[in-house]
Amino acid sequence: MARKLLLEKAHVENIRSYEVYRREGGYRSVEKALKTLSPDAVTEEVKKSGLRGRGGAGFPTGMKWSFLAKPEGIPRYLVVNADESEPGTFKDRYLMEFIPHLLIEGMIVSSFALGSNRSFIYIRGEYWWIVDILEQAIQEARNNGWLGKNILGTGFDCDIYVQRGAGAYICGEETALIESLEGKRGNPRIKPPFPAVKGLWDCPTVVNNVETIAAVVPIINEGGEEYAKIGVGKSTGTKLISACGNLNKPGVFEIDMTISVEEFIYSDEYCGGIANGKRLKACIPGGSSVPILPANLLLKTAKGETRYMNYESLSDGGFATGSMMGSGGFIVLDEDQCVVKHTYTLARFYRHESCGQCSPCREGTGWMEKLLLRLEKGQGKMSDIDLLWDIQRKIEGNTICPLGDAAAWPVAAAIRHFRDEFEWHVTNASEAITKNYGLAHYADPLLATA
Amino acid sequence: MADEQQLFKVTIDNITVEVAPGTTILMAARQIGGDVTPPAMCFYSKLQGSGGKCRTCLVEVSKGSEKDPRPMPKLVASCRTTVMDGMEVKNITSDRVLDARAGVTEFLLLNHPLDCPICDQAGECHLQDLSYEHGKEGTRYEFSRRTFEKENIGPYIQLHMTRCILCYRCTYVADQLTNTRVHGVLDRGDHAEISTYISKAIDNDFSGNMIDVCPVGALTDKTFRFKNRVWFTKPVSAHRDCPTCCGKVTLWNRGDEVLRVTARKDQWGEVESYDGKPGWICNTCRFDKKDLNDWVIEGPAHVSRHSVISANHYEKAIKPQETVPEVMGGRKPKLLMDIHDVSDVNDPDVDLSKINGPATGATFTKK
Ligand SMILES: Cc1cc2nc3c(=O)[nH]c(=O)nc-3n(C[C@H](O)[C@H](O)[C@H](O)COP(=O)(O)O)c2cc1C
Ligand code: SF4
Ligand code: SF4
Ligand code: FES
Repeated sequence: MARKLLLEKAHVENIRSYEVYRREGGYRSVEKALKTLSPDAVTEEVKKSGLRGRGGAGFPTGMKWSFLAKPEGIPRYLVVNADESEPGTFKDRYLMEFIPHLLIEGMIVSSFALGSNRSFIYIRGEYWWIVDILEQAIQEARNNGWLGKNILGTGFDCDIYVQRGAGAYICGEETALIESLEGKRGNPRIKPPFPAVKGLWDCPTVVNNVETIAAVVPIINEGGEEYAKIGVGKSTGTKLISACGNLNKPGVFEIDMTISVEEFIYSDEYCGGIANGKRLKACIPGGSSVPILPANLLLKTAKGETRYMNYESLSDGGFATGSMMGSGGFIVLDEDQCVVKHTYTLARFYRHESCGQCSPCREGTGWMEKLLLRLEKGQGKMSDIDLLWDIQRKIEGNTICPLGDAAAWPVAAAIRHFRDEFEWHVTNASEAITKNYGLAHYADPLLATA
Repeated sequence: MADEQQLFKVTIDNITVEVAPGTTILMAARQIGGDVTPPAMCFYSKLQGSGGKCRTCLVEVSKGSEKDPRPMPKLVASCRTTVMDGMEVKNITSDRVLDARAGVTEFLLLNHPLDCPICDQAGECHLQDLSYEHGKEGTRYEFSRRTFEKENIGPYIQLHMTRCILCYRCTYVADQLTNTRVHGVLDRGDHAEISTYISKAIDNDFSGNMIDVCPVGALTDKTFRFKNRVWFTKPVSAHRDCPTCCGKVTLWNRGDEVLRVTARKDQWGEVESYDGKPGWICNTCRFDKKDLNDWVIEGPAHVSRHSVISANHYEKAIKPQETVPEVMGGRKPKLLMDIHDVSDVNDPDVDLSKINGPATGATFTKK
């Protein structure tokens, strides 16, 4: 049975309230950090824990913190990225909604480590009710001396502000987020300089995901080395996965990263198998931006080894036969789903969310959407498939921010693994509108063993 | 000298230059000049913060620096990447770069109306130049293009958003040359548009400079609209004692008539600098001084760009021998085409910027 570090107490009655949270051991990490550790020692624990950013890129958090420039006399900022707009990802919402004090606690400790006296939560506008929950938690923390001036008599000052976004996915990209937080149009900045040197109001800034910051609490409570013992390899600790799609039990699960993908989908502890007794066709394991995998490559790597729910195993095989852990948005497609339509839906999303600064992303996303819609409606041409491939290739890597890549990868992966389904949409145009291609003959490993 | 600044060596397409630290790859390449200079559609050296957006200036860094020789994995925007000592850059010697640039050119043209025949910018349009050098002859785009209504920003400037490539240069002009910020970008992605905030007229002494920085025909001078093709006009350098700006301009004349006044441009299509300061001109010089008597004429303007403007005239130009009378054996030349058919085609009711895709014969014959 996997250990839970973040959501263990999430369902204790009234855990949202300060009293219950405190009674259950909340804010211990703040006491420990502020009273017994130096800021650098906190960073050191985070380094030892092996914690990797949970926002998508998986960058080691301790290392990120140690890159923060610390010029004399200039404030530094911690910004928590709660923009969570990636299709398929809804884990931060769960955490903030059910156990908001965990985030606040993690933020106080992290702010202490980074020397941030004013820290921010940038939250997506659609999470309006969570804003109230967070504001309430912040107020309670302040009333009880965990925020404000001279916290616990240690001389450390810290306040937390919540800022709502206005409904743009691109504002989850850290530099666009900073622009938006400054009150400007949310266009990603050109890097370098990186936020660690010039971020919010041109001051050194760390942007971390909600889950990353929450994980600092158990790291400080238990020690970085203890935390690192959970999991495997460079995938330490626990990870929140938001599972959705054709599953018996979609939802948010906290896993330790040693379980296999097959266990995660089929065991009753997690997703409980594919809904309605259907078969698994494909899955996007890490949020809409990462490559889709057909069932055979999802459950086993190209080398025939079991694939596990962790950073290394999910990316085994590179983009040719693997995918990514991403932000942990696990989207499952059963045999009745159409990959072309699905890819179109994603392309439409990226087109709508492109900020429009760089020409490849601005123009390319729209073009791909139109081609995919045409293919989906059975009006496409065989050459459209190659054209799509060429467009995504010309977007990828040539843009300011990774949204361009995020728009290109799903299209590339869909064509790479499901080309026959795309071709079928061209050759069987009339059928394509009314019915579904179904399961790729090669894609169901369970069928082969049945 | 002890405090002499150490220079960085950078090699671009096998040509080495020495530049001051902090110089971008693009500016280093401009010191070399010629083909090794990447095209720049959004970067404008006189506008702070510009660049990085259009991606036409992408180059390959095959060696990071002397200290860290690793190549950079991705192509980088040369206009926003500073050089390191010992850096090696490939521009036209890199197939990856040329492939990506052809891609960017295609993207930029995707939603462009291609209404060059009726566009005032034709002949001095950077997008035309770019397409000529890096574009393909046909388009692979088979969908309708985005269109916008034309919009007047202020009494002198017309915004033809359909032609805009969203380089953001004009918004930087509005931001940096004028003291009220009423000009910006609305919406996002391929539906983004340049706008003055809720069509508020830009009324400012220096607003006309956005016409000069616009690389395409999206912002045009209303006092010059449809007056003439630029290659039929004769550019001369002139100045006047202006209380507001530097007063150094190019006049675009036909006979004794001043059709248009612009700032002077350097070989990269940017306004000239004088004593290190950009020579932006004020709206009075640009829009109100349309009489030769307003100006002290200095002589023919230097137009070294390879555009069609320089194909026509300019300094040291040798007038080609008039051959027609000879060919015709002394007879007056006769029209070789039935002009009536051509004017039928030249239907003023057809707004080329509003049709989907390139125009064909059918566009005009539809009654
Ligand atoms: C288009 C785009 C959207 C993003 N959206 C989010 C988001 O909603 N939440 C998030 O935590 N990170 C998001 N990221 C990643 C952030 O840029 C950044 O890497 C992350 O917040 C860093 O936190 P971490 O190191 O804790 O993962 C996004 C990135 C891109 C390119
Ligand atoms: S890649 Fe797309 S979203 Fe990112 S900066 Fe460029 S246009 Fe904007
Ligand atoms: S109007 Fe011209 S200058 Fe302004 S963004 Fe568009 S193309 Fe650039
Ligand atoms: S000129 Fe460098 S990206 Fe546009």
